[in-house]
Amino acid sequence: MIGGLFIYNHKGEVLISRVYRDDIGRNAVDAFRVNVIHARQQVRSPVTNIARTSFFHVKRSNIWLAAVTKQNVNAAMVFEFLYKMCDVMTAYFGKISEENIKNNFVLIYELLDEILDFGYPQNSETGALKTFITQQGIKSQTKEEQSQITSQVTGQIGWRREGIKYRRNELFLDVLESVNLLMSPQGQVLSAHVSGRVVMKSYLSGMPECKFGMNDKIVIDKQGKGTADETSKSDLGGSGKQSIAIDDCTFHQCVRLSKFDSERSISFIPPDGEYELMRYRTTKDIILPFRVIPLVREVGRTKLEVKVVIKSNFKPSLLAQKIEVRIPTPLNTSGVQVICMKGKAKYKASENAIVWKIKRMAGMKESQISAEIELLPTNDKKKWARPPISMNFEVPFAPSGLKVRYLKVFEPKLNYSDHDVIKWVRYIGRSGIYETRC
Amino acid sequence: MPAVSKGDGMRGLAVFISDIRNCKSKEAEIKRINKELANIRSKFKGDKALDGYSKKKYVCKLLFIFLLGHDIDFGHMEAVNLLSSNRYTEKQIGYLFISVLVNSNSELIRLINNGIKNDLASRNPTFMNLALHCIANVGSREMAEAFTADIPKILVAGDTMDSVKQSAALCLLRLNRTSPDLVPMGEWTSRVVHLLNDQHLGVVTAATSLITTLAQKNPEEFKTSVSLAVSRLSRIVTSASTDLQDYTYYFVPAPWLSVKLLRLLQCYPPPEEGAVRGRLTECLETILNKAQEPPKSKKVQHSNAKNAVLFEAISLIIHHDSEPNLLVRACNQLGQFLQHRETNLRYLALESMCTLASSEFSHEAVKTHIETVINALKTERDVSVRQRAVDLLYAMCDRSNAQQIVAEMLNYLETADYSIREEIYAVDYTWYVDTILNLIRIAGDYVSEEVWYRVIQIVINRDDVQGYSAKTVFEALQAPACHENLVKVGGYILGEFGNLIAGDPRSSPLIQFNLLHSKFHLCSVPTRALLLSTYIKFVNLFPEIKATIQDVLRSDSQLRNADVELQQRAVEYLRLSCIASTDILSTPSTSTDLLGLGLAPVLNSVAPASAGGSLLVDVFSDNSPAVASLAHTAEENFSSPRIGSADVVSDDPAAAVHDADELVNKFVCKNNGVLFENQLMQIGLKSEFRQNLGEYNSRTKQVDPAVDGGAQVQQILNIECVSDFMEAPILNIQFRYGGALQNMSVKLPVTLNKFFQPTEMTSQDFFQRWKQLSIEQQHSLTVSCKSFCFIIDSPQQEVQKIFKAKHPMDTEVTKAKIIGFGVALLDMVDPNPSNFTGAGVIHTKNIQVGCLLRLEPNTQAQVRGVFIFQFYSRVLEICVCVCHIYIYIY
Repeated sequence: MIGGLFIYNHKGEVLISRVYRDDIGRNAVDAFRVNVIHARQQVRSPVTNIARTSFFHVKRSNIWLAAVTKQNVNAAMVFEFLYKMCDVMTAYFGKISEENIKNNFVLIYELLDEILDFGYPQNSETGALKTFITQQGIKSQTKEEQSQITSQVTGQIGWRREGIKYRRNELFLDVLESVNLLMSPQGQVLSAHVSGRVVMKSYLSGMPECKFGMNDKIVIDKQGKGTADETSKSDLGGSGKQSIAIDDCTFHQCVRLSKFDSERSISFIPPDGEYELMRYRTTKDIILPFRVIPLVREVGRTKLEVKVVIKSNFKPSLLAQKIEVRIPTPLNTSGVQVICMKGKAKYKASENAIVWKIKRMAGMKESQISAEIELLPTNDKKKWARPPISMNFEVPFAPSGLKVRYLKVFEPKLNYSDHDVIKWVRYIGRSGIYETRC
Repeated sequence: MPAVSKGDGMRGLAVFISDIRNCKSKEAEIKRINKELANIRSKFKGDKALDGYSKKKYVCKLLFIFLLGHDIDFGHMEAVNLLSSNRYTEKQIGYLFISVLVNSNSELIRLINNGIKNDLASRNPTFMNLALHCIANVGSREMAEAFTADIPKILVAGDTMDSVKQSAALCLLRLNRTSPDLVPMGEWTSRVVHLLNDQHLGVVTAATSLITTLAQKNPEEFKTSVSLAVSRLSRIVTSASTDLQDYTYYFVPAPWLSVKLLRLLQCYPPPEEGAVRGRLTECLETILNKAQEPPKSKKVQHSNAKNAVLFEAISLIIHHDSEPNLLVRACNQLGQFLQHRETNLRYLALESMCTLASSEFSHEAVKTHIETVINALKTERDVSVRQRAVDLLYAMCDRSNAQQIVAEMLNYLETADYSIREEIYAVDYTWYVDTILNLIRIAGDYVSEEVWYRVIQIVINRDDVQGYSAKTVFEALQAPACHENLVKVGGYILGEFGNLIAGDPRSSPLIQFNLLHSKFHLCSVPTRALLLSTYIKFVNLFPEIKATIQDVLRSDSQLRNADVELQQRAVEYLRLSCIASTDILSTPSTSTDLLGLGLAPVLNSVAPASAGGSLLVDVFSDNSPAVASLAHTAEENFSSPRIGSADVVSDDPAAAVHDADELVNKFVCKNNGVLFENQLMQIGLKSEFRQNLGEYNSRTKQVDPAVDGGAQVQQILNIECVSDFMEAPILNIQFRYGGALQNMSVKLPVTLNKFFQPTEMTSQDFFQRWKQLSIEQQHSLTVSCKSFCFIIDSPQQEVQKIFKAKHPMDTEVTKAKIIGFGVALLDMVDPNPSNFTGAGVIHTKNIQVGCLLRLEPNTQAQVRGVFIFQFYSRVLEICVCVCHIYIYIY
């Protein structure tokens, strides 16, 4: 179990230090600083083992969060906890920055006492935490309130309190995906996967029971036998594909896993406010929103010509946004001339790359940039390694092909029906590591 | 000095550096550097000519980036261009860049050399100095080739400035160090010597360094420097501290120059000219006198400088070794330092005294300090100082004080045995071997067994001293009367490593053998036994003297020796040497077996003697894993070294134990077999047990042919049973296979019964003892354990156990099992012929326990039958253990 938790600033100074177990000494704090933060080589592994002590760290902007343990813990659990911790802190005081941490250190220690007990993670649901860890000093609570908090925190449904009431029952559902790709210069897909999240914001009264349905291959195939016509009709997306194969998925604690295991139906009592319902990953039949076609020509020792074409590969009615193409330049670049028809392109010396930005681009379009790069002859005989061209974008559909089929809400006690709930669904596909070799 | 121009500030550089310092993260720093590099690249592109200032600025930035740890692969050309500038600052930056960044095989070297040549010829002292510094800093062979001819000319030219001379001398010194063959000797050498008379002390200092180095190479050429050095030295020494202005350091006049001059004088014998000699003696006396004066300053720098000169003077005195008066004075001075607070001074004093002791004039003087030195040995906290003290004691040892010193040394050794850490030995094993051998030679009677065991331990484990010690021992044995311990050490070391010195005709195999055998008859039985082992090792090492050795073994005095042990050894070794063909003898296994047999008693006798064996770890921690881990497990019940070999490295006790109980149980009655097997490896096992000592000879076999197909690695483990135990020791094996680290743990089949020694006894004896033990039975208590129950009789001697046989009862099989169990099967002892009885003694380090065993099959009760197992012994734990093991078999 987690023996201690430290938060450092970018210089390696300790901002927060909370030790849960005796086996973690003060020197562990220094060990991490010396071996990871100030390491001569950049430490890439999030898990570092120093003198039989394991350090699990995540970095948020310039802040390092490190969980320390001497035991053989489940690393995934520790990271899950650290991410949760980040979420909780963000929910309480916004961006995780040195300034904010210093201003809220009392709150952070209070939170740490609550969400981690003797190194064992406890309830880290922001909604629940906010009921009893408040920033407004100690407000004297009535006996009932106190007992309510106790029963809720210790009860079966720790993530939702009773007696929530909204005039308008509303529900927002976002499917957020990031698509990762590595493509050869010839356009062959070397590796591709989509990691997605279903994020919900629910403002529902009472203790509603929800049921979420999507075009999961297993479910569709099970139903598909009887209702083949119906499913083909319901296919509205640009993918032309009816169901998707999900490689693996994880759920928010509110989802009844037994039901998922037996019927593969996702039913749950949602927490109030925003939360992440599920995470998933797919690798098959991914819609690649953009295709990058690079053309690099070396003209002698002192000149390089680069031409890059990007093609959008989705329905023309959809608009991709925030497109950014990053074309790496050799290390001995001494000058760059860029010509592009669309968007803006600039040579960024500090990153050794040409950055081409396009605000908006419709589907089934094509755009091109060409650049002349002047090189300085060097003594070095090493050849340029030609790093891949990477890309960033945002598209309003799910590249995995995931579709929300339904989200039903039942609240037997309060007498509002599924039809009374206003539901919003949104798909956003972003680029993860989207690279094409050149 | 050139005029300071307005551009010296280099604002751009300052801004860049402060930007870098303000970067919050590594990434930000890299970004800033990339940006700057791109900027410099675009500036260097060559479209428009850069002025000297910006060129200097950018080269400076590149230099800074390089010093931050980034690769710089351009800008060299610009730096070379800077060399031709007329501004000092630009030239300086150019030279700096070149000496830091240009490697010798660069194509630019020709251009650079040209630039340097121009500067050397420029007659501008600043530029010349820059060029000389650059040559010295790069110091490559190419540079040496290009400039060794020019620099001496500059050095001796009459119109050269002092500062340039200084640089030239040091530059030449540097070139002489990197490529001594290239520095030409010539008429300039005599003129260099005259630089010692130079007005400028800086030049003299630089020249002295150069002359000292050159004089070491060919002393003849610089002989004239002696008188000059002496006169210079006397001028410095006699000068008042204020005379030398800049060169007075904390009231000490020119300490560095004095030290250098004294060093230079150490290259030559004492001057023959009376005047010079007198002057030098005077100087040295003055230096010694000055040491007596009260310090002019309390600052540590003052005393450091003063002592540096003093110590150098003393080494010169020792070097000359001709003035008894001075030697004695030096010795007394050192004697004062022996009690100084400063550890460094004590160390240096001891070291210098060590050399003083070897001089005939001062030997007596040194001896007066014996008490202080011995005191230092006892009270000193710093090991290195103690080591020096031991050295000095050894050096001052002679007939008159041998007794005292040896006694002290022994005393010290005894405490050192327990307290001294490995560094003492690690520093100099040769010294250690030397000292101990000397000790044995001088005072053999005082030397305990442990001491020579330790010598052998060290020699065996240190490859680098084996040859040396073989030689030393051989020489030591040449003495007509040697101590028996020396013969032991000699026998052992020559037997193991005699081959290392056999190449020398003076110590050919036969001579070695004859030498050892000449001592044979003067020795006691244990030594003779050891010598016999040595002989059989010789048979293996040197087949050419096999016949001679066989003759010796065959002689009546051996074969019919009154001592059983000697007789047995002689007979066995003779047979071994006759039967075994040379290739069997020379297989490593034989030699290691012999080694193992010889080593086992050494290991085991050292371990218990040294309080849990922790000493062994301290002293020999860099040795073979076998020894190291011996002590590691010594606190437990038995000492079991772990396997370590080429690709089989032991450790990590956390690995899971392969539950190979089945396999292990197989070994309860067997000593050989396959212990463990999987796709990767097979571990075979051969074991021998003698009383409380066991030896495992495990063969590890790589089964997978891809990795060293079928290679076998052998490892011998020596095991000592300290007390009774239940859990078998675990053998951890770690190795790399296909890139993945593999860990496996196997239980070693060591069970208590392995340490049984069978005892034969008659029926009468058996039952008499049986009764004797059981008579004391008064009341019994029953302990039930899960599946079986012990009936334990007070006073806790007997364990009776009834258990079902897993296999059909067969008399022969049962008999074989009892014998395999380790006890002697006593036939026809029990009146009931179907009962089995056995007797044996369990040997552990602490106790020996006699055990009696009776097995009573009851065929009627069950199809397979029931055994009533009765077991008597004085110690309950042993009963329980044995019973436990026994049940495993069935």
